Formats: sequence, structure tokens, C-alpha cells
Amino acid sequence: MDFDFFFNNLPQLTITGLAFGAIYALIALGYTMVYGVLQLINFAHSEVFMYGTFATLWTVWALTGSGGASGLQLVGILLLALVMSMLSSALIALVLERVAYRPLIKKNAPRLIALISAIGASFVLAELMGLRDRVTGWVGLDDDLDRYVGGARINASMSGIVNMPNVEIAGISIKSVDLLVIAAALAMMVVVDQFVRRSKLGRGIRATAQDQETAALMGVNPTRTIQMTFLIGGLMAGVAAFLYMLKIEVTKFDVGFLLGVKAFAAAVLGGIGNLRGALLGGLLLGVAENWGAALIGTEWRHVVAFVLLVVILLFRPTGLLGESLGKARA
Amino acid sequence: MIRSSKSWQAVAVASVAGLVLTACGTTDEGGSGSESSGGGGGAACDVKLAFFGPETGPAAGLGKPIIQGAQLALDEYNADAECAIEMINYDSQGSPDEAPALATEAAGDESLIGIVGPAFSGESAAAGPIFAEAGLPTISPSATNPALADNGWDTFHRVLGNDATQGPAAATYIADTLSSKATFVIDDASEYGAGLAEEVTNGLGDVVVDTDTIQAGDTDFSATAQKVSASKADTVFFGGYYAEATILVSQLKDAGFDGTFVAADGVKDPAFLDAGNDAEGSVLTCPCIPNTDPNVAEFAEAYEAEFGEPAGTYAAEAYDAANVFLDGIAEGIDNREEMLEFVNGYDEAGVTKQVAFDEKGEPSEVHVYSYKVEGGEIVPEGEIS
Amino acid sequence: MSPRTAGFTSRLVALPKPVKIVGWIALALLAYALPLLEPPLISTPGVDFGGVLFTVTMYGLVALGLNIVVGYAGLLDLGYVGFYAIGAYTVAILTSFHANWPLLLALPVGMLATLAGGVLLGAPTLRVRGDYLAIVTLGFGEIIRYVAINSEWLGTQKGISNIARPPSLELFEIPHLNWDTGVPLLDFNDTTTFVEFGVLDQIPYYWMGLTVVIVVLIADKLIKDSRVGRAWEATREDEDAAELMGVPTFRYKLLAFATGAFVGGLAGGLYASRQNFINPQSFLLMFSILFLAAVVIGGQGNRWGVLVGAVLVAYLPQRFREFDDFRVLVFGLALVALAILRPEGLFPPRRTVRAKQLEQELDGLEDGHDETDGQEAVRA
Repeated sequence: MDFDFFFNNLPQLTITGLAFGAIYALIALGYTMVYGVLQLINFAHSEVFMYGTFATLWTVWALTGSGGASGLQLVGILLLALVMSMLSSALIALVLERVAYRPLIKKNAPRLIALISAIGASFVLAELMGLRDRVTGWVGLDDDLDRYVGGARINASMSGIVNMPNVEIAGISIKSVDLLVIAAALAMMVVVDQFVRRSKLGRGIRATAQDQETAALMGVNPTRTIQMTFLIGGLMAGVAAFLYMLKIEVTKFDVGFLLGVKAFAAAVLGGIGNLRGALLGGLLLGVAENWGAALIGTEWRHVVAFVLLVVILLFRPTGLLGESLGKARA
Repeated sequence: MIRSSKSWQAVAVASVAGLVLTACGTTDEGGSGSESSGGGGGAACDVKLAFFGPETGPAAGLGKPIIQGAQLALDEYNADAECAIEMINYDSQGSPDEAPALATEAAGDESLIGIVGPAFSGESAAAGPIFAEAGLPTISPSATNPALADNGWDTFHRVLGNDATQGPAAATYIADTLSSKATFVIDDASEYGAGLAEEVTNGLGDVVVDTDTIQAGDTDFSATAQKVSASKADTVFFGGYYAEATILVSQLKDAGFDGTFVAADGVKDPAFLDAGNDAEGSVLTCPCIPNTDPNVAEFAEAYEAEFGEPAGTYAAEAYDAANVFLDGIAEGIDNREEMLEFVNGYDEAGVTKQVAFDEKGEPSEVHVYSYKVEGGEIVPEGEIS
Repeated sequence: MSPRTAGFTSRLVALPKPVKIVGWIALALLAYALPLLEPPLISTPGVDFGGVLFTVTMYGLVALGLNIVVGYAGLLDLGYVGFYAIGAYTVAILTSFHANWPLLLALPVGMLATLAGGVLLGAPTLRVRGDYLAIVTLGFGEIIRYVAINSEWLGTQKGISNIARPPSLELFEIPHLNWDTGVPLLDFNDTTTFVEFGVLDQIPYYWMGLTVVIVVLIADKLIKDSRVGRAWEATREDEDAAELMGVPTFRYKLLAFATGAFVGGLAGGLYASRQNFINPQSFLLMFSILFLAAVVIGGQGNRWGVLVGAVLVAYLPQRFREFDDFRVLVFGLALVALAILRPEGLFPPRRTVRAKQLEQELDGLEDGHDETDGQEAVRA
């Protein structure tokens, strides 16, 4: 146990932990909303996130020339990358719903089979990205797109394009990208939270989560509502992917797997089906991991996360905030 | 489709041959139809080589340069050979889990007389006894666990130095050339990375201020970066592969580390340059001859021309490994016993080193060179002595 | 299940007992002989058929064990590979790394260790309901793996080699069939020794695996038809009602969890022995997922169904190696297609079929007013 280091560097460790936790939280939102409405673990949500990271990367690559970009031009490119990331992730989420889930929901299939369908879809999505050079090779585009599809199985990086300075707050040097990630994630969470609580569509989502049949009788179109849920989850995964690329700058076809598992754990930690729980769970998990890594060694980081999860569930069997999406007060 | 048809064909032929040969076991039918049999000029025909390692799965990124390096050697051989030699891919996904069934299949195919691989130490440990029993010579381009050579498998060889040869060289470089006062050692918990980091830590002694272990596959190393910057280290040694190194070096620089980042051959990959400015000044040690040597430069050019990308980690080692077998085949060797004898007595210049093996299958002569990242390129510095 | 196959099944069930026993024995013999027959189309090009069949039996064993947890007791376990790992590591440590025990002594200890692991994990966590249990078990499986990666005592990523193989008893040699000429011929150049657990021949390991699968199948049938089996069914269908009727549901859930773990530990131990070498790479989260896929695709709750599921999940990716680097993609597509085409699994247990019929009857009788109860029974 390295207490000296831990206490001397507590502020930095907390900020970096919060930043990664904010990304967990945004991904967790997708798990939690789909679970709240369908009681389904959307296992393929990690791939929704992964496609967002590539949308960000490719947009940035395509728009920054060899000399890079700076100032307003860079801000414009990044905003466009954010939009592209959200759109791609949302599109993948909607396709996923249509192809892998809707046929099962229609047949009123057992929930576990939907999990298998999700796992299958997750394999397909990840492998398609990992085989993108082969896929474009079929249509003869691999040479034109070489920069984008080459090295399909290894890391792709946008390092060095966005350089955000460190800022000094009360004598502590903090990365401004971390602050941006935390602030953006918090803002998005507030937007979604308010949307689900106040808008008509949001009420529909909550009603469907509570009782699908009654909601349908009250004029809520269940298919539309489920689509909406996937759409919001996808958009947020897109935001998470963009922020992730700002912070880490590197992605790969299987980047979603570990992050997905952690985000799902964060959703459960906060109380699955609960939007504010997802935020709390994500932030808590991020900070706990970082503190654990600092205190007992980085190799135990994941163990710390899972032990925390198990322990919290033992004492609060439905997660920290435990409330379901349906029961959220308006 | 054009690019892939070759491997499809190879797999189809392999399937047919595999089916035929598992069934009849000892007789050599080799009947793949596409080869001209008879082979004059002394070179053996109707024999095959194989790659054993990850072609799909999470480790496929490390497998690809190895497959391509070996493929390049094969293509060059086939270009002016009377009968073409083909290479089968035994795709283990890099997991020891799949290794025994695949190795047994390979062992049963008598026309298969040499294996480039297994790529990782784990699968080598699981498949090694089977190859040893079958007398099927293997040359690994990338498995570095020192213990592998101590199993008494006479079929085991590798063309790269194990952790115990490269670790001390890296330690020497850090202590003498960099005159480090405080080195922080990080590893990725892999067999390769952890083994190397241990050697470096032992070699440096008191200079090591602290150590930390990340997990391969992770992307957020902020806690580690914070530790490094708090330790005031002037040098970081990282035992691991380029995938994590690229991210790690960026996060170290962001956290305020401004010393030298040192890593080994697992990081000497064009992909490491993705880290851009953050990678500048990094030092990489590698038991591989720099491309100032014309042979090596020729290989690098041929590789890039063939596959449209610069040669990645272990591509040159795979090229060397395949060439050992191909030289044997060119001399007319068409069975495992003679091939094993040939490999054990081999001593020729390769593109990474003078390729020769000691009685344990280790490369008998390993020189470690240092490289520096300068101006977005990996530039050779010289031999570490 | 279509009416025609249902009719076929009932006719099978109606056969006289001696005929049935002869039928079972013939089926078992065929299963044992499979790797010797090396039938074209079924046998696996590019990878050793006996080795693949061994893997299939391990998946079968794991599927049977997991079926007790998921299918019978209705507990979603996403960390089953953790038990598999405990079994494998116990055998590895006792026969090679820290001691020199014979396999037959280490294996039972491994199973007991896994049983203890199951109770230790289950006792505090089984009070957590439904999907929360899924993530707790997932976490457990990952903790086991990371501990193995990072503990010198467990060999880290370097793994543990020279794990003991089962004792051999070399009695006689059996020739394989050769299909080269299109007609099956006995090939005396290619034989398997009964029963030698060597390095180059994987078939004896398959026979060992198959034997254990058959033993576990019989035990499974005995348990399922007993009081315990009925208690599991009651707990799964309606925990509160079962508790009210005097079934100590928690104790039965724990029993199911521990029994499942026990079988998983057995599979892990046998796997380690055949493998001769293990490292944490063999216990990835992905395997938990594949195990669960086997159970769900086959038809959770039906022991024959989950066996078929195990065969599919373990065999298909090996059989279709000629898909080359597309095989994971194709496997994913197959999972989605299977889920959509057979949402109840390939062979749903009779209970599910009964419940479906009941639901339809209720629909007809009450004009849809009371359908939710029937649905709940199916969905649970």
C-alpha cells in the first residue's frame, strides 16, 4: 500500500478517475435505458460505442490535412466529428434493435435468448470492423480507402491532432481534456434526465418501462418507444465515443468489450434502469479504479472494480439508487 | 477477392490434404493436384510449411506481420522454384486453448515438415510436447519465455533472443548510455513483458525507483502516469507490446514526464509512431540488424511492395524462420527427421541476425541494437555492448 | 417442435424398455466410435477430429453443469468459467506446480475446491435477484482470472506446464477407417491404443470426456426427477409461492449453484489434464458467454437440448475453419439466426411446450384477458 503517493496525489487521481468514469457513465446510460424498458442486457451496446470511436477518428482524419488544423477550424472539425459519432452510434443502435431484438420481442421470446442474439450481434459488429479491409476488398475499394481500412486488426490513432494544454488549479496541474470530458458528460446526463422526465416521449418511455401493456392501451406506441430508447442510448454512446477519442486518441475493433463490461457494471452499481444511478455508478467506478490502482498497484485495478461491485450489491441488492426507470418521479 | 484468393486456395488444399492424410497417416500422398510432382533440380516437392499462431481474434494484429513475413519468404522461393511450396495457417487465435488439437492435426500431416511458430509462449507450451513427439521442427519468430527452451524438446527453436538476453542489454543501455539516476519500470503482465521487465529491474538494481504493472488491453493509464511523474524518474522502461506503448507514452507525457521512454522489440513497430510527438526521443532495443545493412533494407522494401505497409513487429524474424526451412527444402529435404537435422546444423546470415541455434534451440548469437525515434522514424543507433 | 417430431418423440417414448436400452447402447457405441470412423463431412479438416471431439465433450459437461444453474434453478450465471478455472488450477497446482499428486487424487480435490467456491460465492450473492446475479457472477469470473494473471503463486501469464495426464492402461489397438477411396476401409497403419493417454492421439481423451458426460447425464436425470429437481422447478417458476409452500428456496438455489460449480470444476480439471498446460488465457470471459450460449441455444432446462447446444458451439467454429478469418463473424451470424428462428432454443424442455399450449388454451377460453400469467411462466 502506497499511502504517501496516494494522499499526495489525491486530487489528480480523483480527476482522472472521474474523467474515465464519466465515459463509463455515458455508455452505462444505454445499458440502463434498454434494461429499464425491455429488461434486456443489450450486450452489443459496447459495439455501438466502438463504431462511434471510428466515426470520430475517420471524420478527424478526413478533415485535417497533412498540416493538421488549429483554432476555429479545429473546433469545427471536432464538432462535426461529435455529430458523426452520435449519428453512427445511433444508427448502429437502431439497426441492432431492428435486426437482433425486434423479431424476438415480437415473438415474446424468453429474455435469455435475446441475450444470445445480442452476443451474436456483438461478434458480428466487432468482426466486421476487424475485417474492414477484407470487406472493402470485395467491392474493390480497399486501395482507395487504404488509410481508413488498413491495419484493421491493430490500433488506429488520431494522436497529435488535438493538443489540449494542462491547466493549473490551486497549484495542481490538471489536464483540460479531463475537465472537458467530465463537464460534457454531466451536461449530457442532465439533458437526457430532463428529457426522460419532462418530454412526452420521455413519459412514454417511463410508462412503457412500468407496464408495457397498459402504456400501449394509453396510446403509447411500444415499438416507437423501444426505438427511441435505443436511439437515446446510441446517441449517448456516440458522445462517450467522441470524448473517449479526445482523451485516449486510439481505438481498435475490440475496444468496446472491456469498456462495455465496465459500463454495464457501472449501470448495475448505480441501480440498473436508473439514469442518475448510471451517472453515480460510472463516476464511482472510475474513481475507485484509479484509487485502487494507485494504492495497491495498477494490476489490481479491475479486481478492485469487480470487488467493489460485488460488495455493494451484497449490501444494496438493487444497486446504490435502486430505483427503476418506470418509478422515476416526474 | 484477389488478395484473399491465395489463402482460400491454400486452406482448401490444406483441407483436402488434411482429410486424406489424417485418414492414412503414414503414407505420403500429398495429393493437392495443383503442384507439379517429380521436382528436378534437387529441391523437394510435395512438402508444406505451416504458420501456427493467431490469424483471427484479439491477437490477430500481432499475427499478421508474422504470416506476411513468412509468406514473403515463400513467395520469393516459389518465384524461381520448380514446384511451389505452400504454407498452411493453423489459426490458434493466440490461445493455448486451441493449440493441442491444432498441433495434433499438424503432427498427423506427414507432408508438413516445418512450422513457423507457435507465435506466443502460451501456445508454445501447450503445443510443444506434441511437436516434440512428432519430430516436427518448429522455429518461433516471437515466443520469448526463457523456460520454453528448458523442456528438452529437440524440435523447439526460436530466431529471437529470449527475455534473458535482451533484458540485460536494455539495462546496460539505461545505466550506461542514458546514465539514468531513477528508472521507473512498467510491464503489461504478459509473459513477454513481465519477463523482460524483471530482467531489466534485476539488471538496474538501485536505479529502479518503482515498478507498476498494467494489463494488456487497457487504455487508461492515468494512475500509472501519475506514479511516474510523482517518482521524478528520468527514464521509464516498458516491457510490453506497441499497442499499449503507444497509449502509455502519450499519457506519460501528458502527466508531465519528460525523460526517456525505453522499450524493446515488442514496441519496434511502425504503429508505435502513431504516438507522434510523444514518441519522439523514445529508445527501442531490438535483437535485430538495422536496415543500414543492404540485406535488411532489401527485405524491408520487398515487404512494403508486397503488402503495402511497412514491416511490422516480428515480420523479419518470421521471414528468417521460413527461410531456414526453405533452404532445407531447396536442398531436397522432404521429411521431418532430415529437416530437424538440417535446422539444428543451420548457420546462415538472415535479415535479423546470423541464424544458428544452440543445442536448446536458442539463437546461438544474439546482438542487441538500440534504435531511437527521431523525426517520425525509427532510426538505428548502434549495437549495445 | 412441430407436431410430426412431437409424434415421433412420443412413439420413441412408448417403445418397450428393452428396445430402448438397446437403442441407448447403440447410440453410445456410435458416439464412442465416431473419431475412429472419421466420417467425411462430419470430421474436421484442418484440426484434429479427436481433439475437437474432446473439446465438444468438455463443453457438453460444462453445459450440463450450467444447465442445473440456469435451466433448472433459473439463476443467470455469467461467470461460470470461474469455476472451470478453479478446477483446472487446483489440478495444475497439485499435480505439477506445487506438488506431485497423481491426477486421480487431485481431480476430486479440485472438484471439492470448486464446490467450496460455489458455496462461498453463492451464500452471500444468491439473495441478489435476477440480472444483478449475472453481473456479480461475471465479476467473480473476472476476479479469478485477474488473480491468476497477477499472482506468482498461480504462475501468472506464464502459466503452469507438465500437468499430470490420466493413467494409461494399454490393452489393445483399434484401427481407424480410411475414406480415401470413397469406400470405408480399415487402416491398420493408423490405430488408436485403448487406452493410452499419450501426446499424439487425442481420441482416448475424448473417450474419457464422453464417459464422464454419460455419468453426469445419468446423475442429472436422477437429481432432476427427485424431490430436489421439483423444488428447483418450483423455485424457478415462482419463488414466493414455493417459499410459501414450504420449499426453502434459498437453500435449494445454493444447492443448484454448488452442484453446477462441482460439475464445472470436474470439467476444468479434465481439461487441464488433457491440455498439459494452462494459463489465464483459457479462462476468458468469452468462454462464460459461449457456455451460456450453448445452454440457451440448446434449450435451457432440457439436458439433451443443452448437449446439442454444446456440440454446436464447440464444433461449428472448428468444422468451418475454411471460413478462415471470417469464422468468428459467421459464428456470430449463426447465433443471431438461431436466436431469431428458434427463440425457445432448439429443443425446449417439455415444460415450456406445455406452458405454451396452456397459454394458447387460456387465450382461446378467456379471450386474452388472462394471458399475462401464461406468458410469465414462459418468460421466467
